[in-house]
Amino acid sequence: MSNRTTNLLVPVLAVVLGLLVGAIIMWVSGYDAIAGYAALWDGIFGDLYRVGETIRQITPYILAGLAVAFAFRAGLFNIGVEGQLIVGWFAAAYVGVAVELPKVIHLPLAILAAAAAGALWGFIPGLLKAKFHVHEVIVTIMMNYIALHVVNALIEVVTGGSERTERIFPSASLRSPFLEALTDYSRLHYGIIVALIMVVVMWFILDKTTTGFELKSVGFNQHASQYAGMKVDRNIILAMVISGAFAGIGGAMEALGTFEYVSSKGGFTGIGFDGIAVALLGMNTPIGVVLGATLFGSLKYGALNMPNAANIPVEIVGIVTAIIIYFVAASYVIRLLIERAARKKEAK
Amino acid sequence: MEYVIEMLNIRKEFGSFVANDDITLQVKKGEIHALLGENGAGKSTLMNVLFGLYQPEGGEIRVRGEAVNITDPNVANKLGIGMVHQHFMLVENFTVTENIILGNEMTKAGIVDKRKASKRVKKLSEQYGLNVDPNAKIEDISVGMQQRVEILKTLYRGADILIFDEPTASLTPQEITELIQIMQRLVQEGKSIILITHKLKEIMDVSDRVTIIRKGQGVGTVVTAETNPNELASLMVGRQVEFKTVKGEAFPKDTVLLIEDLTVADYRGVEKVKGLNLEVRHGEIVGIAGIDGNGQTELIEAITGLRKVKGGKITISGKDVTGKKPRKVTEAGVGHIPQDRHKHGLVLDFPIGHNIALQTYYQAPISKGGVIHYEKIAEQAKRIIEKYDVRTQSEATPARALSGGNQQKAIIGREVERDPDLLIAALPTRGLDVGAIEFIHSRLIEQRDRGKAVLLISFELDEVMNVSDRIAVIYDGQIIDEVLPQDTSEQELGLLMAGQSDRKTKAGANEHV
Repeated sequence: MSNRTTNLLVPVLAVVLGLLVGAIIMWVSGYDAIAGYAALWDGIFGDLYRVGETIRQITPYILAGLAVAFAFRAGLFNIGVEGQLIVGWFAAAYVGVAVELPKVIHLPLAILAAAAAGALWGFIPGLLKAKFHVHEVIVTIMMNYIALHVVNALIEVVTGGSERTERIFPSASLRSPFLEALTDYSRLHYGIIVALIMVVVMWFILDKTTTGFELKSVGFNQHASQYAGMKVDRNIILAMVISGAFAGIGGAMEALGTFEYVSSKGGFTGIGFDGIAVALLGMNTPIGVVLGATLFGSLKYGALNMPNAANIPVEIVGIVTAIIIYFVAASYVIRLLIERAARKKEAK
Repeated sequence: MEYVIEMLNIRKEFGSFVANDDITLQVKKGEIHALLGENGAGKSTLMNVLFGLYQPEGGEIRVRGEAVNITDPNVANKLGIGMVHQHFMLVENFTVTENIILGNEMTKAGIVDKRKASKRVKKLSEQYGLNVDPNAKIEDISVGMQQRVEILKTLYRGADILIFDEPTASLTPQEITELIQIMQRLVQEGKSIILITHKLKEIMDVSDRVTIIRKGQGVGTVVTAETNPNELASLMVGRQVEFKTVKGEAFPKDTVLLIEDLTVADYRGVEKVKGLNLEVRHGEIVGIAGIDGNGQTELIEAITGLRKVKGGKITISGKDVTGKKPRKVTEAGVGHIPQDRHKHGLVLDFPIGHNIALQTYYQAPISKGGVIHYEKIAEQAKRIIEKYDVRTQSEATPARALSGGNQQKAIIGREVERDPDLLIAALPTRGLDVGAIEFIHSRLIEQRDRGKAVLLISFELDEVMNVSDRIAVIYDGQIIDEVLPQDTSEQELGLLMAGQSDRKTKAGANEHV
């Protein structure tokens, strides 16, 4: 079997298997699997409104996935995407509320502020890793909590005691009457374009720049990179800063597009953590991240329809979506099975 | 005479690359049959075909006269073929017996019968004179013993055709002698052995016949008693091999590297280089002879900017490079072939082409204005791969997939092509076969003849004696003596390396009387 067909067959087979096992679980629990999947399908593609909402949901996943993937390529495990996204969300909303400027300045400024905030949140663990060899996983986990509580406190400070900021000025908004009209007045905004631009940015940095060459080299082998005269410390910090910036922009999508404000949070958004799975599904490549985010965002949004339309409890829905993702992530096993079957055939 | 194994006209392809092209190997019952070839010649591929890890594209395998189809290692095991791997596959904190029965446990009512297994291991060990304690933990026994456990593992599974893959690579000289005795005992007991190696001395010592392969093709089979190392070497490499490196006289000129009173500490802060002085001039090869751990590593790392200097001064062509960053030192005209090519010399997961660009990727024409041009990297790589005879499928093959000799050739190509005034070569031939060693030595001498300075660090006396124009002996962080290779002997060098310089011996003798 040629490589190309295997590459195509594997993900398709993985999704089919995931759906099958998911169906068995629904069936064993006493629910109608076919109605369940019909509701899921409907929830994703049912009408233009839902397609719009699905794409809106995919947007922050792309950016969170890029953030994790970028760090991975440089040999770093950035679990702090969640925190970097939260500070980015706040920074973008703050800039959106605090000043009113012409749109050409205000919108880029708000996105840049989010990127800078995320970058700062990535810089700290990067610095600690580079200079004192503190493992980035520990620091980034802690930075997530710091982000959550600092942002909650800052919201109170800037609003004078409220739990929610004002709505941002329209000049900072990503909202698009055009896209809304196109999708039957969903909340779809221009963020998806920003996210896709960032996909290109990541590809460019990694595959087209000298810096990208160094980042990948350091990611694979720090010792050899140092012997070749690369500044390993600088590259570690830079990787975390760029990763954090992607995450921060992910926060800006929520601040400037979906919600247009930031409110005090009782817990994590989960987008940053899901970003880890998105990056791994996408094998840490820019295009892979888009595909991973699409699967994640679609399932996440489409599944909301399952309790209403098919009377399947949220808990079962959670298990079913998790199983589908699990099968896609485990596609390595499927690849192995296909190759083994092909070899047996050849041997005969 | 009956053949136990016959591999007839085997062909194995990887994409467009032919790893085995029409190779025939016939092993007689009860013989030690050596399989000789350079690194990357296709020895391991052929054995992996026999062991069922690869399926051949052509040819036929017969075991004890019967044509067989070895689809996976289990089939090979059933046919009585066992492999003693170069890198042992043992669980460190399990006992010898536990390791041997792993995956093949005898059970009684679902419980592993270790006592019975242990008895059987003991019996096998006695039968073949292996002297292994079945209840010892792997982490407590020597490397030589661990290898015997691997041998036992194959015997326990009923193998009577044993493949030894480079078995002496990590053994001490004494362990090698013992291994040879074990192999002879095995054939006495009716086993047959295939010995994969590129060490000619071992082949001459132990084998009955030798099959030679070169660049994936079978060269032929000879009877060991009717051949000699010179003939084997030329069959393996495909041309006459000079064991003694030929080189003309050196004409040293002005100084390139000057080290004055250098003091360097290791990572724990212990001084490893203690006031060292050394000079290397244009047009000469200076060999640093010494036993491992006398400050060689720290010395190289200090020169190349990888380690902080505690005191003293290093100049290269008159420029002070003390405490400069690695890249500044490199740009001052230093090439470095590192001691550990996997850890320091290569990014193993990068394509070999990227590795060849590891010192030039940031300069024009590869990088311009921060944008990198991978097509230029490929161009450069193709040129160096061709010029330095790096055998690889293409420049996009991961460095990991190349054999040791070819990895080293790529590193040498990368460093030499930058045309450095000073080339530092640390253990440049460690683990390589004669062909690659010869290639690398002649490259070092070529650099010297072009008027460059070469600093060679080696633990091998042969190498230091053959290649250097001047030998500096390092002991306890200092150069304790300098000798000329033509005026010294291995005995004298050996004594010097142990710290017995003439002056010191006398002074020491007085002190101790």
